[in-house]
Amino acid sequence: MTDNEIIQPENLVYSKPKLLNDNPMHYCPGCSHGVVHKLVAEVIEEMGMEEKCVAISPVGCAVFAYNYIDVDWVEAAHGRAPALATAIKRLWPERLVFTYQGDGDLACIGTAETIHALNRGEHIAIIFINNAIYGMTGGQMAPTTLMGMKTATCPYGREADIHGYPLNITQIASTLEGTSYVTRQSVHSVAAIRKAKKAIRKAFENSLRGEGSSLVEIVSTCNAGWKMSPEKANQWMEENMFKSYPVGDLKDTTNLE
Amino acid sequence: MAKIRGAIIIDRDRCKGCNLCVVACPLNLLALAEKEVNKKGYRFAQQTIENVCNGCASCAIVCPDGCITVYKKKEI
Ligand SMILES: Cc1ncc(C[n+]2csc(CCOP(=O)(O)OP(=O)(O)O)c2C)c(N)n1
Ligand code: SF4
Ligand code: SF4
Ligand code: SF4
Ligand SMILES: [Mg+2]
Repeated sequence: MTDNEIIQPENLVYSKPKLLNDNPMHYCPGCSHGVVHKLVAEVIEEMGMEEKCVAISPVGCAVFAYNYIDVDWVEAAHGRAPALATAIKRLWPERLVFTYQGDGDLACIGTAETIHALNRGEHIAIIFINNAIYGMTGGQMAPTTLMGMKTATCPYGREADIHGYPLNITQIASTLEGTSYVTRQSVHSVAAIRKAKKAIRKAFENSLRGEGSSLVEIVSTCNAGWKMSPEKANQWMEENMFKSYPVGDLKDTTNLE
Repeated sequence: MAKIRGAIIIDRDRCKGCNLCVVACPLNLLALAEKEVNKKGYRFAQQTIENVCNGCASCAIVCPDGCITVYKKKEI
């Protein structure tokens, strides 16, 4: 059998989701943001929500997410995505409303918006890309930076005396009454990517059912900021990030599959 | 016994040469171009071993830029 006989529409098993358009994404080679964009696009497509979705993009590397996934977007001021999502979802309850935010956006400048939206139980989903660094601005320390981890603003490694401790905001979210689905996933392997996709689907379904807030943290790499190859960054993440940010569900009261 | 055969198409100009598909292929069928770059200047991924792909789609699933399309057919 020749490749030409195999390469026929009826034999297609995987292709880039249509909702992810052909614009080249500005992300560095191997960045986790790209994988998560694909998953978000696939899930919206599979749910048939292309025309009934409002997404909120952050300030951070994902600021231009609206250029890549063809749904309606609003670009929020730094950290304020959950506040925008709150307003949009309340005015338009049948819409799928979600934010897409980095750790600097969600767990630093936007901590108040994050915690209060989740605590109010807004029927929104939050996709949280935790790469433990400010990727966009050149690799500065974030609240989520690991102890001992080197960044541009803690070049000798994070020290508790000077910088305090990593903020586990997903764990905090799981203790809030307003949240009904809080999970931590990753996208470094085929198996992990499949699980992360299921989690995003569940969070989106949950937000449509209107039974509280969902938070999906994706433990991610920023190979440029970490100064590693994409492959090495994935290994480093498994060895180091998962100790502080173990993957799995932290809370699930949804009764969804 | 029916054998599953796969085939992939890599969008070489969309590729950023991150090497993640190369690492993900369980049969080690992929490699970055040695002496060629695409229009963005990246050493793009290519299939270096032909006729044994099983269509598992691992390469395509891990590709952050959605550059790989996968087909699969049962050999009769
Ligand atoms: C009000 C304001 N303060 C600071 C900045 C600078 N700034 C831009 S992005 C960013 C942090 C981005 O980090 P993160 O949210 O983790 O996203 P990543 O790029 O890592 O995905 C900062 C501090 C800004 N744009 N606006
Ligand atoms: S700086 Fe980091 S987070 Fe931003 S695109 Fe590059 S690898 Fe991704
Ligand atoms: S489909 Fe599977 S076997 Fe074929 S090239 Fe991709 S990873 Fe390798
Ligand atoms: S994973 Fe995608 S972008 Fe990276 S080398 Fe392979 S085809 Fe190119
Ligand atoms: Mg970050």
